[in-house]
Amino acid sequence: MSEPSKSLAWLPLGTPAIVRRLCGRGPVARRLMELGLVPGTRVTVTRIAPLGDPLELRVRNYALSIRRTEALAIEVDEMRA
Amino acid sequence: MTPATAGELTIEAQRTAVRTAVPRILVAGNPNSGKSTLFNALSGARSKVSNYPGVTVSRVSAATAIPGLGDVELVDLPGTYSLSARSQDEQVAVDAVLGLTSAAPDAVIVVADATALGRSLYLAGEIIETGVPVVIALSMMDEARNQHITVDLDRLREALGVEVVPVVAPRREGLAALRAAVARASNVRALSAPLSFPLPAAAEAAVAGLDQPIAAAWPRLTDAGRRAFTLWLLLCLDDPETHSRMRGIPPSIAAHVARFRSEATAAGRNLDQEIIAGRYARIDTIVERAVVMRSASAPSWTNRIDAVLTHRIGGVVVFVTVMLALFQALFSWSEPAIALVESQVASAQDIVVAVMPAGPLRDLIVDGVIAGVGNVIVFVPQIALLFLFIGLMEDVGYLARVAFVIDRVMAKVGLHGKSFVPMLSGFSCAIPAVMATRTLESRTDRMLTMMVLPFMSCSARLPIYLLVIATVFSGAAPIFGVLSVAAVVLFAMYFLSVTAALSAAAVLRRTVFRGPRPTLMMELPPYRMPVPGVLLRSTWRQVRSFLVGAGTIILALTIVLWAMLNYPHSAASAERYASLRADVESSVPAAGRQAALDELSGHERGDQLRHSIAGRVGRLLEPAIEPLGFDWRIGIGILGAFAAREVFVSTMGIVFDINDADEQNEPLRDALRSARRRDGSTLMTPLTGVSLMVFFVLACQCMSTLAVVRRETGSWRWPAFLFAYQTAVAYTAALIVYQGGRLMGWS
Repeated sequence: MSEPSKSLAWLPLGTPAIVRRLCGRGPVARRLMELGLVPGTRVTVTRIAPLGDPLELRVRNYALSIRRTEALAIEVDEMRA
Repeated sequence: MTPATAGELTIEAQRTAVRTAVPRILVAGNPNSGKSTLFNALSGARSKVSNYPGVTVSRVSAATAIPGLGDVELVDLPGTYSLSARSQDEQVAVDAVLGLTSAAPDAVIVVADATALGRSLYLAGEIIETGVPVVIALSMMDEARNQHITVDLDRLREALGVEVVPVVAPRREGLAALRAAVARASNVRALSAPLSFPLPAAAEAAVAGLDQPIAAAWPRLTDAGRRAFTLWLLLCLDDPETHSRMRGIPPSIAAHVARFRSEATAAGRNLDQEIIAGRYARIDTIVERAVVMRSASAPSWTNRIDAVLTHRIGGVVVFVTVMLALFQALFSWSEPAIALVESQVASAQDIVVAVMPAGPLRDLIVDGVIAGVGNVIVFVPQIALLFLFIGLMEDVGYLARVAFVIDRVMAKVGLHGKSFVPMLSGFSCAIPAVMATRTLESRTDRMLTMMVLPFMSCSARLPIYLLVIATVFSGAAPIFGVLSVAAVVLFAMYFLSVTAALSAAAVLRRTVFRGPRPTLMMELPPYRMPVPGVLLRSTWRQVRSFLVGAGTIILALTIVLWAMLNYPHSAASAERYASLRADVESSVPAAGRQAALDELSGHERGDQLRHSIAGRVGRLLEPAIEPLGFDWRIGIGILGAFAAREVFVSTMGIVFDINDADEQNEPLRDALRSARRRDGSTLMTPLTGVSLMVFFVLACQCMSTLAVVRRETGSWRWPAFLFAYQTAVAYTAALIVYQGGRLMGWS
């Protein structure tokens, strides 16, 4: 976990990471947190839609789909196996 | 523009609320948690649908008996992930759980998905926090076993302080235990020490500061309820999607909330995160102690199916195939049922004509009431098919993948991936399509989709295109020797309709629906077997809500329009035609008599129509529609088409004195071709034809669409806006086509 944090939008497919911070406030950040993406949560990008957007995430043992623009505002730390 | 305000959180409303005699049990839970299946299993088939006051969310409830409690009212709350009132569905859930505008519930069953317990318990925790008696129904236990997830029920019970009952609703397992737990819980009345989520000191201070004013405004709230409501206000009051129902919050409290929020921001704190992450921290501890999870990946079959269904090529192929099937179903499979409805209506009309003496009352019953009922029922096959299809895709889990695959395209014009299915259905008919926007969670996304999908060229426009094209382009030489002009023009009309819908979405998103950047936050549920009973029942609910909510308006409008097209009646004209008919009877030989009589009655109907209100309005309209190339006769056709667009064809038939014309009718085409304007020039030139078709592509020329938008939005303002802006667009476009064409020297 020594890597600098990066945006969830650029996390390589299948690489586990930990949410560090949600940039931005307001309804979108609030909703993402309510859906379980709070700091400290483990998250993986499992799939990208056929047209390149949105992303499919695995978080808290369920599949959540968000757009790249929303993922950009989520900072994560890559987990090193 | 907000919906009717009857159900707002006014102080009056909550003071006058009375505790109902029958205990009320709510069923809450995340979407896709098996909540509806459980509700159906508990209630049997006797559910009833009404509306929550002031909003257009359906309220599904059932009377049932619970041993130890007697008769209860079971209410199926909309599926939500939290109580934050971002959508109308969630606002309804907040109201119901806290008992703000109605009596507080006697108990809440929270359905929690055992495979995604953390997220399920977030909602459960919010509800437990309010102090209302809660029973957790742990669903998807079979799936959890397959994923090697084991839940220690005793530990969960102990940690949450409420009963936890595992259920497998499709197999009706665990229902007796659940009922017994509900009876025990609701006899307790309130949790003695409900689970509460600790907050940082600064946030606690904000909560404490709001305690007094909230206690004064909502005296019926318990201590726990007050704390929960305070947290809710702190989280949601600044959310723009919440505002429409927040006008009942006293301004002093709103000011308090705003101050606490800005203080926190100034101090570099994130109040939202403190509250939400605080709850999750507690829940994570509980889940860690109570759940043993050996794998943390999606169920293997879901992964395998998704490898195909969301594959770069395979996913698109399946997507196109399924959407074509939906299209086929709406267009072709509904056809026999629609034909049946139409023939039944016709025979009902024949029976009344046979048994009743001719006169205004018979006309009213036959052409007003029976035709109006037919106008309503004729939509049922398409609505039922569409909702069966959507319900099946939703229950199986594919509907979310449809949105996942196509979202990129929809997002370009500010729409949501889930807008796609309603938009596509718009090619068939806007009425079921408008209802299908119910699958959209955000109210803004839903309204936007509803406001643009009537541009999609529905099947009722086709007869108009066919009539006009056959009238003005029949002799045209093929383009490049191969492409028929008719086909190219028809394609251009469909292309125009899609372009108009997408452009309108892009424009409205930047104007009327301006606001925070639209988002997609959508669960992709595991693939599951659908439960046929639940599917059929929810389809029937949709059909019923259409019949009751929109059907009555459509019936009334049909009668009004019929009256406009038939009254006032000209007695002088009737007398003249009666004597002409007598002449024909006596002078024309038997062989040609019927044809002569038919021709005569065609002329008489045309004469009466020209004399009617619609005929006069058509003439009054002429100066306004002349710049589009239309004359008063086309004006009457446009008015008649308001009942349903295809009626344009038969109305034009009447205007041109032709009995029972359809789009294939050669005499009508000839009459249109030879029609002259007052100045003697030809009316139906190719340019007029294109202008007329462009007008019909773009105008919201359909009272049933307006009626169903009224039903879905709960106000006449939205249908009025829809009608006004689409008519303006249609008028402008037709004007540009006709005047532009004339400038270019076309005719």
